[in-house]
Order: sequence, then structure tokens, then C-alpha cells
Amino acid sequence: MTGDPLWSIFVNACLINNFVLAYFLGICPFIGVSGKMATATRMGGAVTFVMLVSSACAFGIQQLLTAIDAPYLRLISFIAVIASTVQLVEMFIKKVSPALFRALGIFLPLITTNCAILGLALFQTNKGYDFVQCVVYALGAGVGFTLALILMAGLREKLDLASVPDVVKGTALTLMLAGILSIAFMGFAGLGG
Amino acid sequence: MPASIASKDKPTTDEFIKGLWRENPVFVQVLGMCPVLAVSNTARNALAMGLATMFVLLMSNIVISSLRRFIPKQVRIATYILVIATFVTVVDYVIQAISLDLHKALGAFIALIVVNCLILGRAEAFASKNTVGRAILDGLGMGVGFTFALLCLGAVREILGNGALFGFQLFHDEFQDWVVMILPGGGFFTLAAWLLVFNWMKKRKERLDKLGVAAREVA
Repeated sequence: MTGDPLWSIFVNACLINNFVLAYFLGICPFIGVSGKMATATRMGGAVTFVMLVSSACAFGIQQLLTAIDAPYLRLISFIAVIASTVQLVEMFIKKVSPALFRALGIFLPLITTNCAILGLALFQTNKGYDFVQCVVYALGAGVGFTLALILMAGLREKLDLASVPDVVKGTALTLMLAGILSIAFMGFAGLGG
Repeated sequence: MPASIASKDKPTTDEFIKGLWRENPVFVQVLGMCPVLAVSNTARNALAMGLATMFVLLMSNIVISSLRRFIPKQVRIATYILVIATFVTVVDYVIQAISLDLHKALGAFIALIVVNCLILGRAEAFASKNTVGRAILDGLGMGVGFTFALLCLGAVREILGNGALFGFQLFHDEFQDWVVMILPGGGFFTLAAWLLVFNWMKKRKERLDKLGVAAREVA
């Protein structure tokens, strides 16, 4: 797997095995923050940034843990790194844009428990990527996550105007949309070769 | 300790039962969606995932509940995550020792139990405020409710997608598999369908309750 060209890693993480629609990672923010286009875009940005940083850190940690022969500490140290990165991003956003900080609300600290980010760190380790590949993989995953979030937000903004039966409103409708999107994304399966 | 508080601290069966139905983590609270969707493609995977999550939930509830007086408020979330991560590492290695096939089928999703919002949610909302006895019952109830929900999804997806349940063929050869059910899209659709059923039941109950109140007022 280590010989994969960079573009193929990117396309793979972004489209073919989209983290949200094919691996089911990060479903909570996907359902929770996809109500409005503007929030969705920024949430995507924040997640992409956290992904990039934590992916780079996870690569370093993995090297260190292999060196001291302590693989059982992997999970614990990964989650610690992710939690501190999220804390950093949270402080940054609060300083730069208080409005955005309020709009993201509880979902900002919850990036810590966003499985997409821990999943990314674990997958890149399992696949044995080198440093550059890791970063490209993280970028692809982040872009893919943002893409899914934006597509979903667009659909939901349109749906606000439609009249749907009472029973279907809410999460059930969102999940059905996600299912359709997921099937659409399967069309990319041929791209990677 | 006054009698009223003592009786409040006493574990009740309600702590257990609420997780099964009224506050079912998946169908009512919509927590922990990622593993629910990802590993529910067969009933066997779903059951294994449910049990693993239940174990982690139970153990972390016990530890967090018994340490609740010693954990400082400011670092509580980090502490919870570390406790949870420890037990997930244990489960990861145990499953690997028991069945390598199962470990391969569940893949990274065992490790991802760490970030299951259900477990952190119960730690924050329940275990950090209640006695060990109640936390155990809560963990068991939520765990069983989670496993039940996973099985509901896994069974439907396996029956429609493979024509089988727990690996046993249910239909004759003429049965055309619904391949989409095994694919990611099928997970979304099945969960949406279950949520619809639950929504419908909730709406129906509300309507009946309203009718009941109206009838009583008339009488």
C-alpha cells in the first residue's frame, strides 16, 4: 500500500471511500450541523484543519511508539493529541470569530469525539503511509467530509421549503438523504482503478 | 444522610429498563450512530459490536462513578476519555485473542468505540452524578438497548441483503439478494426506516394520550 501515488490517495479518501458516506465516520456532526450552508462550510474547514494537524501528530506518535515498543498506548495517545488540537482550534475560533463560535456551539468541542478524526489516524497507521502520504490522506478526508457536509446542507436548505409528512421530519429524513447521497458516491468506485 | 436522599440513591430497576426502550440510545437519543451504521451489515457483527460496547460502557461507568469525587471538574472530559480508551484497548486485544476473523470484520471500529458519543454521554450525564450501583444498572440498560438496536439493524440488513440470519440461509435459491442493503446506503435506509417506525409509534401514543385526556374532560 505504501507505493500508492499521492493523487490516488487523495481521490480515494475524498470520493471513493468518503469518510462520511462510505465509512460512516463523523455521522453526528454530519446530521447535527448540516442544517445551514454557512455553518456547514466552516465546520468542514475546522474538521479539515484538525484532521491535518492530528494526522501529522499521529504519524510522529506512531514512530515513537514503534521505537519504544508500546503499541498498546496507541489509542490513548492518539485521543490525547486530538483532544488538545481541538482545544487549540476552539480557542482560535473563539478569538477570531465569536459569531462562528456560537453557531458551531456544542459541535466544536465534540470534534474530539468525531470518529472521522480518530478513524483517520488509525487508518493511516494501518495502511503504513509515510509522512507526505499521511498529510495528503488527511487533506483528502477533510475535503471529502466538507463536500458531504455541504451537499447535505444544500439539500436540507431546499427541503425546508418542501412539505413532508410529520412522521418523516427530522433525523429520519436526513438519514434517507444520506442514503441516497451514499449510493450516488458509489458511482466514484471506478475512479481509483 | 436523610432518608429521602438514601432512597434516591438506591438502585432501581427503572435505571435498567429506561435504556431498553424509553431512552433507547439509538432509536430515541440518536447517539453512537457511526458504529451502528458501519458494522450492522450482518447480525453476527452487530451482536459482537453491541457486546463490546456494553462492556466498555459498563466498566467506564463503574470506574467513573466510583472516582466521581476525585476527578476535578476542569479535566473531567479528558479523564473520562482516558478511562474509556483504556477499556477499549482491553476489548480490542481480547477480541483479537478470541477470534481473528471477527477482529478483521469489525476492523478499526473496535478502536473507534472510544469516540462513541453514547459512552461519553452516559459518563457525563449519569455516572459522574450517581452511585456505583445505579451507574452499573444504567450501563447495563443502555448497553442492552444499544445491542438490541444494533441487532434490529443487523438482522434486517442481513436478511434482505444475504437472505440469511447469523449465517443461516433462510430462503430458497430463488431469493434475489438486495445487494444495496449490505452497502453503506442500505445502512442509512434501514436506520431511517427504524426511526420512522419509532416516530410513528411516538406520534400515535401522543395522539392516544390526547384523546384519553379529552375523553376524561368530557366525562
